[in-house]
Amino acid sequence: MSYPENLRDSIDRVKASRQARLGAEFPRLTPEEKTALLAAFHPDYRAESKRELRVGPNRGERVPQELADLLEGKSWIDPDRFRLDRVDYETDVLVVGGGGAGCTAALLAWEHGARVLLATKLRLGDSNTIMAEGGIAAATEPEDSPMLHYLDTVGGGRYENVPELVEALVLDAPLVVEWLENLGVVFDRRPDGSILTHAPGGHCRRRSHSCKDLTGLEIMRVLRDEVRNKDIEVMEFCAVVELLLDENGNCAGAVLYNFDNQEYLLVRAGAVILTTGGMGRLHINEFPTSNHYGATADGLVVAYRAGAPLLYVDAVQYHPTGVAWPDQMLGYLITEALRAHGAHLVNARGERFINELETRDAVASAIIRECREGRGVRTPTGTEGVWLDTPMIDLIGGQGKMTRQFTGICKRFERYGIDVSSDPILVYPTQHYQNGGVKHDPQGKTAIPGLFVAGEVGGGVHGRNRLGANSLVDIFVFGRRAGAAAALDARDGRSGKLTLEHVRRFHRELQKAGIREPVTSPLLIPDYLSAGHKARQHV
Amino acid sequence: MSRVNIFIMGKRYEIPEGYTIMRAFEYAGYRLIRGCGCRAGACGACAVVYRTAGDYRLKSGLACQTPVEEGMNLTQVPFFPAQKAVYDLNRIADPVAEFCRLYPELSRCLGCNVCTKICPQGLDVMYYIAAAQRKDLALTTELSFDCLMCGLCAARCPAEIAQFNVAMYARRVYGKELAKKYSYARRRADEIRRGVYNDEVRRLKEMDRQSLKELYDRRDIVKAKY
Repeated sequence: MSYPENLRDSIDRVKASRQARLGAEFPRLTPEEKTALLAAFHPDYRAESKRELRVGPNRGERVPQELADLLEGKSWIDPDRFRLDRVDYETDVLVVGGGGAGCTAALLAWEHGARVLLATKLRLGDSNTIMAEGGIAAATEPEDSPMLHYLDTVGGGRYENVPELVEALVLDAPLVVEWLENLGVVFDRRPDGSILTHAPGGHCRRRSHSCKDLTGLEIMRVLRDEVRNKDIEVMEFCAVVELLLDENGNCAGAVLYNFDNQEYLLVRAGAVILTTGGMGRLHINEFPTSNHYGATADGLVVAYRAGAPLLYVDAVQYHPTGVAWPDQMLGYLITEALRAHGAHLVNARGERFINELETRDAVASAIIRECREGRGVRTPTGTEGVWLDTPMIDLIGGQGKMTRQFTGICKRFERYGIDVSSDPILVYPTQHYQNGGVKHDPQGKTAIPGLFVAGEVGGGVHGRNRLGANSLVDIFVFGRRAGAAAALDARDGRSGKLTLEHVRRFHRELQKAGIREPVTSPLLIPDYLSAGHKARQHV
Repeated sequence: MSRVNIFIMGKRYEIPEGYTIMRAFEYAGYRLIRGCGCRAGACGACAVVYRTAGDYRLKSGLACQTPVEEGMNLTQVPFFPAQKAVYDLNRIADPVAEFCRLYPELSRCLGCNVCTKICPQGLDVMYYIAAAQRKDLALTTELSFDCLMCGLCAARCPAEIAQFNVAMYARRVYGKELAKKYSYARRRADEIRRGVYNDEVRRLKEMDRQSLKELYDRRDIVKAKY
């Protein structure tokens, strides 16, 4: 199944304008133009997509509808009937989540002498980390500096970033690259042995370190292997359904749900680190998503119910270049490294319409503008998109550059009969990242003593818009910090009596707010069953 | 929409043509827990094996990437037990020599090539195992780099090698040797440990929004992107 005939016309126009576009500079947006573009076309600015929270620490703030439903949900367990005297597991540090942040936190907590239990909803490593293509940002090049990295990060985040977190990010980033190098991560290198870097959108220097277009896969494989080299117990297919507090208000464990045998397990811990990732699979605004199956905001929900405030969860990142054709790949993310390597964005008429290296929010908005104003390409299934002109990569970098540097992408399209080194890719923004999350300090500490967060579940470091390659560094920076801090914290021990009073209180709050039929949350697994199947389930 | 008949563990379902196996499972009413990960061909959680009507060969694929075809008879292989050596990369004096101690079964390879035939990523698994036997770490790394560790090679191997774990070790040793030789990030990391940038970053941290914005809007943007 290659491109259908009715798309060939506009592919020909892309081809026809290619030579003229080659080497031409497309002007950058002025700050005023960017503000106007976002206000007119970014999905975050659509008023009807959000509503006010009626309960919890962020009551009165507007968040996406789909997230509000879950934050205003009721527990899977009945706090009056759940037995807290039967402890199934006891540990110093409980890490919930098995992606990049979770494995990192577990390793660091272990290194700092803690007994560590890692529970994850799917397999160890199944996460958004493993899907990261582009790279990891760190100011390691001589012409770069942590200060420039700082400026880029806050400029991209619309100056709403928490300064202490950005400071931690940019100063730890080179340490993280060094740490990963020493763990045996195979980075792309130049012939002289130095790591090959590139400049993703919004970065003013080359500072993204990649492992072909499989950066996350390579790093995740190594971390997973390292966790298994250590004395760290891993519980797969165990999801968090509730946090446990002690009578003094400290976080002292969690209730897990074992998918394999439908048991609820009680884990008592000196400290808990949530590394559960984001909310891509909630399909905010009905967008397709680039996220993995488990990205259902579980960590946000349990932390919120326990009383931890959230920050900027209304800011959702739409990655500009998700696949719009073929239908089977809808929402699949195409790394911005392709744009960094020279691929233009081109509308149905074969014209460029944005500088490809603007920040993600601006590029996504510009693509939505082109489609809404009739300059998009319509597919047979009714979706729309614009072209990412990938054949330019070989034109600029020499024959074979595309298949060498972007093997993962090439292979995936090959399955559908599309050769992306000779034909462009049809793209449309895809829900990609939760810019905000649980509020935390530079050590990952939340408002609840004993509860830490790291990675996408945390919020603040990226402000309202994350830069490319900054999440892959975020998860390791704060994973390392939270792991070390939690190990120290757990040493003090939490011996107070376990309680689910916070759940009882939350349920009362729901009632008082007049929420009669709350959904049960966290969601745990998205519902993709067909309507036909559901109809047949009812008698 | 035209439909195709597929058999999920022997039971027939009619599935719209063009669906991936993963969407077919959900269409048929399976709510996936095991055997579903990134849904984008990047994680290796959803390996399936299948046969098609009239063909004796065993085929494989990732459920999220493989379109259904008429007569497909399939099952998931969401997990397969495999031997993984436990080691400390920092304490191995000669990691290359260590290969034989950690994975002695490596020498049992029969050269039957079933690993290569079953690999849903299309990797030349037998060839990288041969490279690993020769202790050619660079080649093992290159040939195994796209490995998703789905486990199908180990499931099929008559010599009972866990190819994907062998390759994992080889890549880490290779990466570590490159790091030792070039220690690329160390210079900047050392500067940071000495606190060289603390004051300047602190100055930015304390700056008001307007001054930051001016600095940001004025910063020069490097021309060479890679």
